[in-house]
Amino acid sequence: MGQTIAQKIFAAHLRDEPFEGTFVLDLDRVLCHEITTPVAIADLQWRQKDRVFDPCKIKAVIDHVTPAKDSKTAVQGKILRDWAGRHGIVDFFDVGQNGVCHVLFPEKGFIRPGFTVIMGDSHTCTHGAFGAFAAGVGTTDLEVGILKGVCAFRKPVSILVNIAGQLQDQVVSKDVILYVIKQLGVNGATDRVIEFRGPVVDAMSMDARMTLTNMAIEAGGTSGICWPDEVTVDYLWPFISDDYPSKEAALADFSKWHSDADAEYDRVLNIDVTDLQPQVTYDYKPDCVMNVRDLSDTPVDQVYIGTCTNGRLEDLQQAAEVLKGRTLAPGVRGILSPASPKIFREAMELGILGVFMDAGFCITNPTCGACLGMSNGVLAPGEACAATSNRNFQGRMGQGGMVYLMSPATAAASGIKGVVTDPRDL
Amino acid sequence: MNRTFGGPAIFLDRSDINTDEIIPARYLTEVTKEALQPYLLEDLTLGGFDPRGEVLKQAAVIVTRKNFGCGSSREHAPWALEVNGIYTVIAEGYARIFRQNMFNCGMLAIELPAADIDRLFALQQQGSVAVVVDLDQQRLTASGSGQELHFEFPLAPFDKALVKAGGWVEFADARY
Repeated sequence: MGQTIAQKIFAAHLRDEPFEGTFVLDLDRVLCHEITTPVAIADLQWRQKDRVFDPCKIKAVIDHVTPAKDSKTAVQGKILRDWAGRHGIVDFFDVGQNGVCHVLFPEKGFIRPGFTVIMGDSHTCTHGAFGAFAAGVGTTDLEVGILKGVCAFRKPVSILVNIAGQLQDQVVSKDVILYVIKQLGVNGATDRVIEFRGPVVDAMSMDARMTLTNMAIEAGGTSGICWPDEVTVDYLWPFISDDYPSKEAALADFSKWHSDADAEYDRVLNIDVTDLQPQVTYDYKPDCVMNVRDLSDTPVDQVYIGTCTNGRLEDLQQAAEVLKGRTLAPGVRGILSPASPKIFREAMELGILGVFMDAGFCITNPTCGACLGMSNGVLAPGEACAATSNRNFQGRMGQGGMVYLMSPATAAASGIKGVVTDPRDL
Repeated sequence: MNRTFGGPAIFLDRSDINTDEIIPARYLTEVTKEALQPYLLEDLTLGGFDPRGEVLKQAAVIVTRKNFGCGSSREHAPWALEVNGIYTVIAEGYARIFRQNMFNCGMLAIELPAADIDRLFALQQQGSVAVVVDLDQQRLTASGSGQELHFEFPLAPFDKALVKAGGWVEFADARY
């Protein structure tokens, strides 16, 4: 029997199988941010084990609330900053260099095909876009990861999502993943890895693939994962060009991770996206998904473009194309948070930020901020937000607030009209 | 760690109760578990449920439906349970990260089939319910209104070992 990509990565990283079906893996990356790491650090100190297994494999960023909004968030940042300093964690990103973790770390070339990655953040599944096994974990798993460089998982069982067809104009990877989550349900992929394949995925940029894998957790998935290919190699080439004589050699090496033809899947979901329309969530669960046109005319008070789901350059470009020459509807607040300094700069140089500003948007620094109602755009009770983020739980962006998840183009169109709007209907 | 599992139960009759409902993100700026104590389930809106009520205050066990703890990876969710004396959750199913966080903290996330969960909810319809858990035998007894219901529950050997060890840090530190 052949192996899936996840099974191959597990086999290559297996440290221990303490019980049948429990796999303790060696970790290539332990990623940290200032919300879930400080308690791990405090616990390690309390246990008199304030050590790290390998400072080069640990990367840290302050991203959820930055710059600090109050004394408590300042303390969280300081705990992470001091810890990174005393353990020689060179790749620590603070104000000025920081961005949303799942955007910043791939951009720095830290994520490679075949890697095992954990972080105390559920959207760590994003990194699977590079052909890595990447899982969100809690603080205790993070703590053990920091100390020992290992993490335990159950046997990897995969769901294959095959995406075929031709995406229509203004229909993008966000629409595809919302549609996939609708098919799987919010716990349809629990204890499963979602392997995204097919010609539509092959044709996607890394930015678009990361939007797919980012939301695997919204179907309960342990990780989303894509096969590494030419697109992956091109993205990573600046970081790996010393390791391989040519791109072809890199591709040949990465291809060893591809699932075998006779690999076994728990479920295969075949999707043809040719007729797929722009998608949007309603209600408080990410599997409550419908066509944007079926929710149109629903008022929004705020538009939020950014986050680890859709704060990348391609996302900003897609929104800017819609916004160009147009302005936000009266009374609608627009917030753009480019997800990293690099994206911020590129968007500035390409004139994208100007388009947003002309439309009436406020542009904030890169941060998770409003997505989870922590800062920079929290909703008041009764307000609604057209958001490019990944979670529409009740109160997510602020107690009593409503979140409609959608693509950057749909969010932009909704801001212009002041109501949920299909970008094709402008 | 010698922890007692069981006690008075609170029933949350909904699937997909998420981590934002268990502990909202606005409290994630706390850096101690104890500080989370007043905020458990603060954002959960569910008929008859009062996050500040006596039933939750007395509870040592939560009984609920499918996919409990979905959403964020925040271990603040099990911690908020822990600092409120709730070491046991009985559900039809869990989100992976939440379930792992429970065991990693040396707490119990017990999974029962839908029919058994239904029986528990039916018992609660008649009055308050208390649960006794026998970890070694993987059995639990729910009693209330003069009746007793008995269940056996599955527990992966690793998860059981974590509960016995007091959590994943203890287990991992002894082994790796």
